Amino acid sequence: MTATIEASGVVKRFGKTVALNGLDLVAEHGEILAVLGPNGAGKTTFVRSVATLIRPDEGTLHVFGHDVLRDPGIVRQTIGLAGQFAAIEPAMSGRENLEMVARLFGQSRRSARASTAKVLEQMGLTEAADRLARTYSGGMRRKLDLGASLVGSPKLLLLDEPTTGLDPRSRIELWDAIRSLVDEGTDVLLTTQYLDEADRLASRMVVIDHGKTIATGTPAELKQSAGRSVIEVLVRERDDLAEVAKVLSQVNGGQPQIDESTRRVWLSVEGGIELLGTALKHLETLDIALDDVALRQPKLDEVFLALTGQALEEEPEKARKGHGAA
Amino acid sequence: MATATATISANKASLLSSTTVIARRTFLKFIRTPQLVVVGTVQGAMFLLIFRYVFGGAITAGGVSYVNFLVPGFITTGIIWQGMMSAAGIAEDHDQGFFDRLRSLPIPRAAVLTGRALADTGTQIWGLTIMTLIGFAVGFRLGGSVPAAIFAFALIIVFSFAFEWVFITLGLYAGNAQAAQGMSLMLIPFTFVSSAFVPVQSMPGPLRAVAAHQPVTYMIDAVRTLVLGTNGGVSLGHTASYFVVRALLWSAALVAVFGTIAVNRYRKG
Repeated sequence: MTATIEASGVVKRFGKTVALNGLDLVAEHGEILAVLGPNGAGKTTFVRSVATLIRPDEGTLHVFGHDVLRDPGIVRQTIGLAGQFAAIEPAMSGRENLEMVARLFGQSRRSARASTAKVLEQMGLTEAADRLARTYSGGMRRKLDLGASLVGSPKLLLLDEPTTGLDPRSRIELWDAIRSLVDEGTDVLLTTQYLDEADRLASRMVVIDHGKTIATGTPAELKQSAGRSVIEVLVRERDDLAEVAKVLSQVNGGQPQIDESTRRVWLSVEGGIELLGTALKHLETLDIALDDVALRQPKLDEVFLALTGQALEEEPEKARKGHGAA
Repeated sequence: MATATATISANKASLLSSTTVIARRTFLKFIRTPQLVVVGTVQGAMFLLIFRYVFGGAITAGGVSYVNFLVPGFITTGIIWQGMMSAAGIAEDHDQGFFDRLRSLPIPRAAVLTGRALADTGTQIWGLTIMTLIGFAVGFRLGGSVPAAIFAFALIIVFSFAFEWVFITLGLYAGNAQAAQGMSLMLIPFTFVSSAFVPVQSMPGPLRAVAAHQPVTYMIDAVRTLVLGTNGGVSLGHTASYFVVRALLWSAALVAVFGTIAVNRYRKG
């Protein structure tokens, strides 16, 4: 079976900026592949290349075996795109928006109506279907936008940061919607800078940084790569963080990480419970108030830090525009 | 889904149907956004009244009354004032991801812009009609035949379609709606340095040369000679057909040049 997406050595430059620097990636049929990376890593550029919106300068990029450069028309018939902005018409109802896109996919009026009704149901928008989209909440707009990318029954759905700027409840609803698609046989490529999103949604992840693939695997595999477990200490006073880190470094000679904002110090360790014992002994020698000491599985942000030497933002630093489109 | 695989070869909208679908969206947006309808209309009416009653007394227009001279020119140049909204709308679609969605769909590249140009031209007919009615209300009278006047009205629609492509091009290059509006303002001199509000003969030499030969003047004079007729006392020195042919050639040139630039730009994203 042909891979859903096969990218090999993809390079894209914008003037002097190299957005993709020899990116390799394979997405298989039946999976949700998450492309994870910090801002500016090249996630959006890659999605836009797959969507035939921009043309890679070098390398090869195939979607269901079709070259995006040679056969963009065929590729467009197989994909649905939901970009970072909700690309819907606020002056049209949800139903009208979806029917418009279905018609543009070449469906007859009748089948456009049918597929619209189905997608509205799927997105939980049936009740609001005949209201103008300008009256929708941010979460509903995103759902409508996702619906618009689905209404043409694409074989591959491209989602560029689908939940950025959404409140937690809307995010979870959108995740459910995305998951149900895969059950119906649609392949999904999504980009995200939220680790929990990749963790909960993706069957496989590709971590990219500076336009290159730096790691790939299931969430569990990637977590393993950061060491088997983590000793985490929650310190009461922020001023004591450095001291605790110094002591922890004696446990296995590793470099503990400090998170000032949450007052945490953590250390990746290969061993298990016996190293926790050692750590506790070292910590007892200090006269420092601790709120918690724990041994746990590594989290993806620690994996990311281990891979790139750079923290991945948990929350975007500023709210993005684009909840509404023209 | 089995259906997705089965229908894949049919997954392609024709130029005609995709153009219609896009045009419908633009049209719905217009009629469902009262600000667009009302503001455009009120602005036009206001300026028509200002020219008619404030400047009108001070301007002599040769052999015709100023209201008869003004109204054809005002209505024709109205296409440029109204076109600014198209530039802003296009820039918005470009800027906010709507075009990305459309460009990822299996539709002919020309459909999106053609649909837009047709719909925007269609919505201009509304403003055009209102201005015409106000024109009659403030004293404008036909000097030629009614069929000639209807032909003139149709010509304005053609000119409007031609200028649409200029505004679409500006909108695509502008980056955002505000910049698009700013860039569109650069076209405003074409409305003033023309025969719209004063006879070009009243302008100093070099300016007169520009005013007399730029496309908007040909369009205005084509309309003017048609609605005022030769008996209307309009002394433009040529028959209606002279101006009509030149105005239509200019329109074709605008569509060819700006249509090509715009579609290429759209294709690249």
